[in-house]
Amino acid sequence: MALTMEESGRLVGLLTTHAERVVQRWTDIVAALLRGRLSQAELRLQVQELHRSMIDAGAEGLTDIQSGSAGELRASLAELSRGWARQGFSATETAVSLYALKDVLFELAETGEVELRDVVVFGGLVDQMGLFTFETYVQTREGLIADQAEQLLELSTPVVKIWDGVVAVPLVGTLDSARAQVVMERLLQTLVDTGSPHAIIDITGVPAVDTQVAQHILKTVVAARLMGADCIISGIRPQIAQTIVALGIEFGDIATKASLADALRHVLRLTGIEAARRQPRREA
Amino acid sequence: MERVPVLKIGDILLVSIQIDMSDQTALALQEDLAERIVEIGAHGVVIDITALDIVDSFVGRMLSTIASISKVLDAETVVVGMRPAVAITLVELGLSLNGIRTALNVERGMKLIAASRENDLGHDEEVKDPEPGQAATSA
Repeated sequence: MALTMEESGRLVGLLTTHAERVVQRWTDIVAALLRGRLSQAELRLQVQELHRSMIDAGAEGLTDIQSGSAGELRASLAELSRGWARQGFSATETAVSLYALKDVLFELAETGEVELRDVVVFGGLVDQMGLFTFETYVQTREGLIADQAEQLLELSTPVVKIWDGVVAVPLVGTLDSARAQVVMERLLQTLVDTGSPHAIIDITGVPAVDTQVAQHILKTVVAARLMGADCIISGIRPQIAQTIVALGIEFGDIATKASLADALRHVLRLTGIEAARRQPRREA
Repeated sequence: MERVPVLKIGDILLVSIQIDMSDQTALALQEDLAERIVEIGAHGVVIDITALDIVDSFVGRMLSTIASISKVLDAETVVVGMRPAVAITLVELGLSLNGIRTALNVERGMKLIAASRENDLGHDEEVKDPEPGQAATSA
């Protein structure tokens, strides 16, 4: 659906001659579509920017949206699309706002300012521009989602020191393989860095424990043991305890506690007993 | 052939593995250790693997063998300083190094041996007095 050089020239001529009218009508239609979610002035600026880059591109011989001369036009379309994606406008709204230009062209045709044949040809270009913004929009949103997933991964796996030589990992949310791996690495690294011989894995925030999640937790515990640290699993809710038994998951000799407080008490008693036993000996 | 030095600290032997283990070095280490344990009557062996980036099944088996040998000679083996990456790899391989005690660092490893020794002695004394027959079976 490429334009010929001649058609491109006619488009530039049209956009330049009726510049004020095109920008005004285009802004009006989009404003009606967005129902005031973007201020008229801001919208007008963006439309003007698009209008200007279309003329610039046309002057250099705009034949196709993918051609080299349309670089600047693509850049302003991408910028508009990215901005709207971040502000929470839908992909359809972004694309339809561009298609509003077709309505403007049609209105011009009705008053006889432009031939109907040209409207169809220019419409093809506008379609391409719309699809381009759609694509950019999707890319931007995918980038956002990827960023957020990464942030979530970082936020959701804190390892906190709750006592001398005791670290805790409060797990929140579903535990998949990727997260389990991150949790395991963080925990083990923290054990080395802080020299803590005790770790508590708290699963209060884990909505469901299936065999896979249990497997991940068990692996972490075994790895911690290999490094010389003892792991306790805490925060097992009644339903989860029932599921664990129903699934036949064996935690073996790994200590499990109902709450984080119980786990901490257990650890303190382990270390406390040693201290309590030695003191009377020294006195004697 | 490279040899792994065996250091004596009190009645504990410290082995720090800093080279890639081959069959030869592993065998030599086992022999050296067994001799030294008998020689000084050591009751604990601390094996430091902080410097090891890779622990494969071969090294895993060597550690198990050393632990078994030491146990026969009444010395406890503690493997210390395993890196997180190594621990993860071992777990993924399904090697859990059964029968080997572990600690985070050399210091904690030596404390562990001292504590368990103290425990054993205390336990023996407690049991011996009231019922001598019980101590014989538990020892």
